[in-house]
Amino acid sequence: MSQVIEARSLVKSYGTLVAVDGIEFSVRPGECFGFLGPNGAGKTTTVKMIYCASPLTSGELTVFGMDVRRSPRLIKARIGVCQQDDSLDPDFSVLKNLTVFGRYFGLEASVAEPRARDLLEFMGLWERRSARIRELSGGLKRRLVIARALINNPDLLILDEPTTGLDPQSRHQVWDRVRELRRQGKTILLTTHYMDEAQSLCDRLLIMDRGKVLVEGRPTELVRERVGREVVEVWGFPPDLVEHARSSGWTYEADTSRLFVYTDTGDEVYRSIAGRFQVERCTVRMAGLEDLFLKLTGRELRE
Amino acid sequence: MTGMAANISTRSLRIWQRNRDVYFVTWKTNLFPPLLEPVLYLLAFGAGIGALVQTVPYRGQEIGYTAFIAPGLLATQVMFQAFFETTYNTFVRMYYQKTFDAMMATPLSVEDVMTGELLWGATKGSIGCTLMMLAVSFFGLLSYPTVLVILPFSFLAGLFFAALGLCFTALVPQIDAFNFPTFLLIMPMFLFSGTFFPLDVLPRWAQMLAEVLPLTHVADVMREAALGHLPADLWWDVLYLAVTTVPLSLVGISLMKRRLVK
Repeated sequence: MSQVIEARSLVKSYGTLVAVDGIEFSVRPGECFGFLGPNGAGKTTTVKMIYCASPLTSGELTVFGMDVRRSPRLIKARIGVCQQDDSLDPDFSVLKNLTVFGRYFGLEASVAEPRARDLLEFMGLWERRSARIRELSGGLKRRLVIARALINNPDLLILDEPTTGLDPQSRHQVWDRVRELRRQGKTILLTTHYMDEAQSLCDRLLIMDRGKVLVEGRPTELVRERVGREVVEVWGFPPDLVEHARSSGWTYEADTSRLFVYTDTGDEVYRSIAGRFQVERCTVRMAGLEDLFLKLTGRELRE
Repeated sequence: MTGMAANISTRSLRIWQRNRDVYFVTWKTNLFPPLLEPVLYLLAFGAGIGALVQTVPYRGQEIGYTAFIAPGLLATQVMFQAFFETTYNTFVRMYYQKTFDAMMATPLSVEDVMTGELLWGATKGSIGCTLMMLAVSFFGLLSYPTVLVILPFSFLAGLFFAALGLCFTALVPQIDAFNFPTFLLIMPMFLFSGTFFPLDVLPRWAQMLAEVLPLTHVADVMREAALGHLPADLWWDVLYLAVTTVPLSLVGISLMKRRLVK
């Protein structure tokens, strides 16, 4: 099978605002692909074009080899979407939310009902099947939305910021279920601004900012290539340390209170700082996606 | 417009089913207003105003005042039920519950979803009208079986007001803004469409103005049917509604599409 999603020179603009600015990417069958980016990067806009809810301004976008402009119904029949906003039906029970949604896909009750039961069991919600939506916590609601997104047994599952606003326990539960779905071979597209989420779930990802793709690849390789193995983080540093970093040829970055040195030889850097400079605190740690993300998108506040 | 019509399919019945299911879940709050409302009106107008005005002249004969307003109440019920369904209720589904966003990620098209909303709005009009007929029948004010013509007709009338409501839902910035169409359009229609007094008492220009109001035609048909006659000139009222409902529905659907698809 060819690529599940293929985007070429994809553009979406609203008047003069260009939300998605000529991006290219492809998603392979069976992988979990991540869209990482700060708020307003264009993640959700891109995802909406994929599930045919938002028309393209220009470019090419195919899903399952079909053009989103020509075959939206056929594409949408094979996609499950977990949107950011809670869109559950407050007047229905947990179970009824799934069976009613199944009807939108043309599923007969004889198919939808056993499947709804399986999905509620899978998401740990079967005991709460008769509960009303307002009785559910944020974490349970999100799990229900994911269960609902699976009612048509989709070939592609789209999760748009699935754990935003959840407590740590609920986040881990969601991750655990997403990993299980990936293990079962489901193709998953995930947007997030949580680095740990992307690092632990995604086979491949791209980092977006201001409508453009900054990098694309496997998370560990990207970090290794773009940041290095380790990060030396220095709190409360004297101005001459920055001078030292420059003259030593280090890759570094400084904000008002901290200095970050990206390196493959953290111990050496640490020793040369700790021995010679008066600093509040100095630590060496493994480089992560967050370092890459901040390096690429900058540290200033968004919105 | 032709492309839009091509996006309407029988799948719109799935939205209708969804709304029907919600209606049954919340039946207690839905059922009693159309049953109680006419009783209150008939008591107030029948025992109150009716004590002063026993009969009114209508098409060359004198009829009881309550018999005159009962079909008028049925007509306004259809209007209120359908219009408020596709304004306030549709707006809640669109804006607060994000129901349409979720639906648009399924094989349903926006046109399907909106067609389903219109069909449901019309159905609400018919349900309200039917319940009210039950209540009014106890006062002996409806002439069976001719009055049953009202049932299919109420669906057509409901569709008109549902389509009208949908247009406003597509345009209002916030839910409070429904006050404008409600008080500038719906309430004047409620009062000046031959519902509570015969239009003949108005000056000529006001009569002509009332003739343009859709509720006037709905009330006309309902009154004739309730009184047990179906004169030939009713085709004009039905034609008026049929001809206006189709473009109004298409305008409502396309305005909603413009609002939802960005």
